[in-house]
Parts: sequence; C-alpha cells; structure tokens
Amino acid sequence: MSHSAGSALGQRRVVVTGIGIVSPLGLGLENVWARLIAGESGIGTIASFDAAAMELPAHVAGEVPEGPKEAGALTLSDWIPVKDQKKMDRFIHLGLVAAAEAVADSGWVPQTEDDRCATGVMIGSGIGGLQTIYDASITVHEGRARRLSPFFIPSALINLVSGHVSIKYGFKGPNHSAVTACATGVHAIGDAARLIMLGDADVMVAGGAEAAVCPLGIAGFSSARALSTGFNATPGKASRPWDKDRDGFVMGEGAGIVVLEEYEHAKARGAKIYGEIVGYGLSGDAHHITAPAEGHEGAFRAMRGALSNAGLTPADIGYVNAHGTSTMADDLELDAVERLFGDDARTLAMSSTKSAIGHLLGAAGAVEAIFCLMAIRDNVVPPTLNLDEPSRASVIDRVAHTAQDRRVDVALSNSFGFGGTNASLIVRRV
Amino acid sequence: MSEIADKVKKIVVEHLGVEESKVTPDASFIDDLGADSLDTVELVMAFEEAFSVEIPEDAAEKIATVKDAIDYIEKQKAA
Repeated sequence: MSHSAGSALGQRRVVVTGIGIVSPLGLGLENVWARLIAGESGIGTIASFDAAAMELPAHVAGEVPEGPKEAGALTLSDWIPVKDQKKMDRFIHLGLVAAAEAVADSGWVPQTEDDRCATGVMIGSGIGGLQTIYDASITVHEGRARRLSPFFIPSALINLVSGHVSIKYGFKGPNHSAVTACATGVHAIGDAARLIMLGDADVMVAGGAEAAVCPLGIAGFSSARALSTGFNATPGKASRPWDKDRDGFVMGEGAGIVVLEEYEHAKARGAKIYGEIVGYGLSGDAHHITAPAEGHEGAFRAMRGALSNAGLTPADIGYVNAHGTSTMADDLELDAVERLFGDDARTLAMSSTKSAIGHLLGAAGAVEAIFCLMAIRDNVVPPTLNLDEPSRASVIDRVAHTAQDRRVDVALSNSFGFGGTNASLIVRRV
Repeated sequence: MSEIADKVKKIVVEHLGVEESKVTPDASFIDDLGADSLDTVELVMAFEEAFSVEIPEDAAEKIATVKDAIDYIEKQKAA
C-alpha cells in the first residue's frame, strides 16, 4: 500500500492511538500533562528509604505519589493483585500500570487470532529489577540460597514487562525489549514503529519502565558523580537543566507506554490519533562509557538522521524535548542543536521536562515522546523549571519557568544513554 | 483442626491470594487454587520456613493438596 504523504521511513505509516503514563507527577495522562504545564515539580525528598541515614550523598528523587486514582496517584492493589505483586519488581508494576492505561486509551481489543498475532509488545528498561537483585543478593549472602524466591529471576528480567503485558492481554505478536540505558524509551518506540512499517505487526505496545530509586541505584549513580547533591534541602530546585548552578541529575521513576498502530488500521476502526511517528535516528559515540563526545556530535548525527528519515528540515521542527539531564552535558546537547538548526534555532522552543519529573532513565525517552505528542495536541510547550540563569546564552528559547502557547506541528525528542548511545524521534500532527 | 493445619491454611491463603473457604483439605494447589509450578515451589519454601522443616524436592513433588502438606509436616514434626 502506498501513501503519497507517507513518511520516508517506509510505506506503512505508524500513528499513536493510546497513551499511558505513570510519573512523579502522578498517573493519568491529562493529570500529568496539566501539572507539567502548570509548572509543578514532582521532585521531593526520597520517601521510600532514608537516604540521609544511609549516608548517601543524594537525598532527592522523583517518586510516583501513592494515593487514590481519582487524585492522580497510585494504589498498586487497584492494578495488580497483591499475590502477584511480589512476583514482579517495581519497574514491572509501573510498566503494567502505564500499559493498562495505554491499551484502554487506544480502545484496541483484538477479537481474532490473526489480530492477536499482529499485536506485539516492546517495553524496555534501562536497569530492570535492581531492588529485587539487591534483596536476593542478601538472601544468598546470608547462606539462605535455598530460600530464594522462584520468582526472583522473572521479577528482575527487563523483558518481563513485555512478557506480562502479552500474557495479560493475549498479544501474540513480536515480544521484544530495548535496553539502552537512558535511550531505552526512544529506541523501544522507534524500533517498534519499524516493526510495524516492515509488516511484522499492525499494533505495538511500546515504551519504557524504570524503578531505580532504591539505595543501590542512588549509590551507584552517586558513585559515578552523576547525581545532584547540592539541593537536598530544596528538592524542587535540584533538577535545573542548563542553569549555571546545576550539579547533576535527579533520578525519577515511572513508565511511559504508547500504543503504536499502522495508520490505515487505526483509521479503519475510527481510533483517536495523537500523532504520527515520522522520523527516527540512531547513532553511537564510540568515545566514552559515560561522557558524550566533543560538541555532542553523536547527538547531532542522531537528530540529523531522524530529520533525513522524516524528509524534514530543521525549519519544520517547532519543539525539541531535550535530553537535558541537569548535568554538564546539557550545554553539549545545546551545541549540537544550535549547529544542526543554524538560523532556524531562532524560532525554536526547546525545554527539558526532566526539570519537573527528574530523569526516568529507561522510561525517560517514552515519557518525553508522550510530552511531544501532547505539545502538538494542545499547541503548548512545557517549561524548563529552575532555569534561573543559563550557564551560557543561546538564541534558542528554552522555555524557562513557564509553559508557552506555541503552534507545534512537529516535535523532536532526544535521548542519550551511557555507552555512548543516542536516539532521536520525530512526531508530527496527523 | 490442628495447629499445623491452621497455619498451613493461613500460608496458602496468603501466598495464593484465595478465599479461606476454598482451602479445603482436598483442594489441589494447581487444579483448585490457581497455583502454577513456581507458586508451588514458593509455597513449599514458605512451609519450610514457617515450620522449620526441610522438604526435599522428591517429597515436595508429591505435595499436591492441602492435606498432603499437612500430613507431611505433621509426620516430620512427630518424628
């Protein structure tokens, strides 16, 4: 089938027909989006354990608020039976909640075996079941190996969100999982879209889930000198992309899941369409395990690849959701965007929503792609909180402090991961 | 009902998330109480922990119903 307006990625076009999100700003797409646009922060003192007492240098993170669903908060037993919760690490819990929201939102309920086999899942995670591995290690260390739960391995494995989603809904198509650290979410959506374009599936449930706000996760990233430690007393100020006082990222937990669908398939069933996946670019730095290359040239190539893939030019992009983690690398990404956009940078809006929810690691790219789709739907771009004084000036409007009304037809989302992996995704209004 | 039977029942209810009334002596963990093979492994571990007994794998494989579990543990405790 050929479409004159089809994306350059392939003949089969892929659109987003369902969205589910669980984040430090709560759950429920409209709730999270409204709070983000209102400039609220989901960052606080870590509540799930006492970071100060453990002598961890970072005491702040973005945790999913607990409470009733009506209040936009999470009560896990509403979603997953208590007896099943202990068979899964928290990243799987969060992934299942977001997937349930996305699938319900899409209205897609396959009725035939062919439909089930044409519906796949690709949900990744950057780290997987870290707390589960920590707990199991203690059991073995204490000489109680025979007491190790038979659910330990399936609780910790990264691809088990995809597994559980397929089992729950009977989705028998491709069952896959991306694992590329903080680029996971974008890779999962981009790769899943390509599976649809290539005809391996008609519908894919795709995204990322992460729950690494645990002592081992905080200790590990602290040890790599990656986390903010200077704002323990003022958590809401800790994530401050591009600001001169930024001192590291703030970890967040959550999940972002989308239902991707072949355009004709979506149209035929009258599905609501949030936008189209039109461009996807990937690159490797071949430079360093944690630091980006000079001028973030890997990011430059990922963005350029996504544009070329989409058959678009920088002038077409209205909004960039930056990787912008609140680390020194923020300015390198800025360099790459300025270089790629040239004069078109003057009309560009670029923000980092990590300023409000922290860095969701393997879920970040998916959640941020969702924010791009919402920016297109509502013609409003979310703010970069705490950008009081940029460490360097730029012609690019980084949407400091407050959201802006802006016409956005096409948006680009960046995600970069340890190991020197970069991915950019472009979404467009349909 | 013996103290052991009471405790076994409680563990089954807790681990399998089933109604107490369904946990009858003849109830099969897999056929009647919705357990899968991993659930039964975990259940046997919970019995071992709760009663401070060791249930070797070949014995564990023969424990299919609530009564099987109670009988095995009572025998171990009496020995």
